[in-house]
Amino acid sequence: MAIVKTKTPIPEQPVEERIKNFDEVALGYTEEQALIEASRCLQCKDAPCVKGCPVNIDIPGFIRLIKEKKYDEAIKKIKESNNLPATTGRVCPQETQCEALCTLKKVGEPVAIGRLERFVADYELNKGYEIPPIVKKYDKKVAVVGSGPAGLTVAGDLARMGIKVSIFEAFHEPGGVLIYGIPEFRLPKRIVRAEVEYIKSLGVEIFTNVVVGRSVTIDELLKEYDAVFIGTGAGAPQFLNIPGENLIGIYSANEFLTRVNLMKAYKFPEYDTPIKIGKIVGVIGGGNVAMDAARTALRLGAKEVHILYRRTEEEMPARYEEIVHAKEEGIIFNFLVSPVKFVGDEKGHLIGIELQRMTLGEPDSSGRRRPIPIEGSNFVFPIDMAIVAIGTVPNPLISMTTPGLSVNKNGTILIDKETGKTSKDRVLAGGDVASGSATVINAMGAGKIAAKSIFKLLTEE
Amino acid sequence: MFEIILKKQLAPNVKLIEVKTPLIAKKALPGQFVILRVHEKGERIPLTIADKNLEKESITIVFQEVGKTTKLLGRLGVGDKISDIVGPLGNPSEIEKFGVVIGVGGGVGIAALYPILKGLKEKGNYVISIIGGRSSDYVIFREEIKNISDEIYITTDDGSLGRKGLVTDVLKEILEERKIDRIWAVGPTIMMKVVSDLTKNYGVPTIVSLNPIMVDGTGMCGGCRVTVGDKIKFTCIDGPEFDGHLVDFDELLARLKTYKEEEALALRLFEESEVGKVGHSKN
Ligand SMILES: Cc1cc2nc3c(=O)[nH]c(=O)nc-3n(C[C@H](O)[C@H](O)[C@H](O)COP(=O)(O)OP(=O)(O)OC[C@H]3O[C@@H](n4cnc5c(N)ncnc54)[C@H](O)[C@@H]3O)c2cc1C
Ligand SMILES: Cc1cc2nc3c(=O)[nH]c(=O)nc-3n(C[C@H](O)[C@H](O)[C@H](O)COP(=O)(O)OP(=O)(O)OC[C@H]3O[C@@H](n4cnc5c(N)ncnc54)[C@H](O)[C@@H]3O)c2cc1C
Ligand code: SF4
Ligand code: SF4
Ligand code: FES
Ligand SMILES: [Mg+2]
Repeated sequence: MAIVKTKTPIPEQPVEERIKNFDEVALGYTEEQALIEASRCLQCKDAPCVKGCPVNIDIPGFIRLIKEKKYDEAIKKIKESNNLPATTGRVCPQETQCEALCTLKKVGEPVAIGRLERFVADYELNKGYEIPPIVKKYDKKVAVVGSGPAGLTVAGDLARMGIKVSIFEAFHEPGGVLIYGIPEFRLPKRIVRAEVEYIKSLGVEIFTNVVVGRSVTIDELLKEYDAVFIGTGAGAPQFLNIPGENLIGIYSANEFLTRVNLMKAYKFPEYDTPIKIGKIVGVIGGGNVAMDAARTALRLGAKEVHILYRRTEEEMPARYEEIVHAKEEGIIFNFLVSPVKFVGDEKGHLIGIELQRMTLGEPDSSGRRRPIPIEGSNFVFPIDMAIVAIGTVPNPLISMTTPGLSVNKNGTILIDKETGKTSKDRVLAGGDVASGSATVINAMGAGKIAAKSIFKLLTEE
Repeated sequence: MFEIILKKQLAPNVKLIEVKTPLIAKKALPGQFVILRVHEKGERIPLTIADKNLEKESITIVFQEVGKTTKLLGRLGVGDKISDIVGPLGNPSEIEKFGVVIGVGGGVGIAALYPILKGLKEKGNYVISIIGGRSSDYVIFREEIKNISDEIYITTDDGSLGRKGLVTDVLKEILEERKIDRIWAVGPTIMMKVVSDLTKNYGVPTIVSLNPIMVDGTGMCGGCRVTVGDKIKFTCIDGPEFDGHLVDFDELLARLKTYKEEEALALRLFEESEVGKVGHSKN
């Protein structure tokens, strides 16, 4: 059989339509398309792709089951290692993970592993999921703080091992970044809700509106629970710390996306949370968050949306697919510019941003070439809205209120990567709160490790 | 869901509700607030915890109906439920023995001032309260404040109760005559600004409780940022109380107007709606 060198394209909403709505951009494979794509997989014996997946899904295994049209078994196979496949199939940066190592890359495009994963996950969501039997129950209780992918994974895994789990979430809705950060058009909230429902169906209780560190402390949880897992993410926005940053019209990406996604400001006034959209929007940053913010602003009616990034396209950390989609939709990319100050009018409204041009120097510690300012190259760029998407750090609420918990100077919780254990007895942590901002699947991988060591801790003592 | 167990009208457009919130009641300290969402499509708004009751596992909230969400909240009655309430948020007030303290409260801020003064009184401070409002009807919590104050002064804009004039008139007189160790000012932003400007001249440490626009109340949006001294602070996790002499009030006042048009639209649509049209509210 001849090798098909390119991925089976995934149907998408046409650009001119999708920039006017919040519906999902990528529509997902039909059964026929999935079968064609599955047949591209060579079923490599050493399966290099599996090593690229942070939770080591048996990729050839599930793809073979698709080929055989055994979709129920395919999803079971995936769920052996991944509790949230409809999410990861959509948002994993596959090009740097599983697909990066696919043998087919030597001759052409890799197998569209993510799209296939999404296909079977959606198949199950449409049909109704099966609740796996819990073989043995233990008389142990674990508290999980935060309901992002890390927390949900720990909870789901422990529940399946027979341990009672309660999740405590600060927001009124569980899901973490999946619910408040990643936009509807990339990850529909009904998918996240269904994945959360699945975790609940395993017997996990979720208490929303509980801010650990304020409503209850880690030490108080330790009195009632046998162990505590902290998966509170890296949710505190960083600002540029340049003059004029409090002018009206400047948002952190977190605020902008939370208003729109979690609070549904895109449906204002049907929903009560307002949002103000400028005519010309500048988004500062080059990651997924910046792409999401830019594409969201466009859908809310901005005339022009500019990405302002201080390096070049090559160094942009955003997922490849997001950059392609953003370009198709008309987002304008401005490279090698760095903000110096914001300019406002007499009423305190943003009217422009002063930028300085940059050039690339030697690679820095991250391996990316360091931007160097060009003297005398400053200019003012007129914008009436800015979204600052230059990264986030862990929220200090828990570290402030938990004696004995060691954190780094940037606020990340120090853990033993092999076990997820923190400096505090019976307290584990993982996901963005320990690694700094990373990916959904990395947070889930950390969750798996922590679940295993919690199980060991509670059943072997 | 959180049940309303008591409701009172305190002044035209000012209501008090007591809500069953076991977790929050256990933890709440003076100066802290909650964020609530009235219904599924609602926005998240911050309101100060005016009191708590451990036996009833409840907290008291006093709010002024100014826009869509507070008006909607005001339509709920005893037995009705609020979708979400989270807290206690913010840092508690720094309650210590300072000596002679003054609490300046304006409008609905008087209710927010109450737990702070109560705490200060319990610590053995000599408490002077100066509270004011538009007219006699608007000066809420008079009895409560009186019970915990060594001296109480009331001002109204129209002279219908206490002295005609502003809280700052009385404050200035006291500052001229006596040595004061610390001042708390809680009320409309403009009042806190005027108080801070005044007390700066006398060098008396002045604490204000800021009320910027918030979303999460846990430090993850940055919408509540204010300039204090030359630093940017997040009111929900660094505050809500700050040194009034260092706060950039003009910036805060400007930022509070960010959504003026949207708020007006939401209010108009609400008042035209079925719920909104009902002229009176349940008790
Ligand atoms: C806009 C955006 C787009 C992204 N796009 C992608 C993508 O396409 N692909 C990808 O792989 N990754 C993406 N990421 C990164 C990814 O979402 C994160 O790495 C991942 O969500 C981290 O998971 P987590 O469970 O560690 O934390 P989070 O998802 O941040 O969840 C933490 C949860 O803890 C809660 N919490 C915080 N503090 C407390 C407290 N004190 N008490 C109780 N609860 C608390 C929070 O409310 C939140 O619900 C994106 C991130 C953002 C912001
Ligand atoms: C820490 C804190 C404690 C507060 N405590 C009290 C209290 O005890 N009693 C009380 O009556 N009010 C209190 N407020 C103010 C209260 O939150 C606002 O009056 C309320 O949000 C208005 O909502 P609305 O929809 O009814 O009015 P809108 O018409 O939407 O807004 C009226 C004005 O209120 C402000 N506002 C709007 N949305 C928000 C928001 N999400 N967060 C903060 N301010 C907003 C804006 O300045 C706006 O112009 C407090 C605010 C803060 C920050
Ligand atoms: S979870 Fe992510 S990395 Fe793993 S196989 Fe699926 S798409 Fe690839
Ligand atoms: S490396 Fe590619 S072709 Fe080989 S098993 Fe994995 S997905 Fe299939
Ligand atoms: S309200 Fe969002 S950071 Fe303070
Ligand atoms: Mg409102």
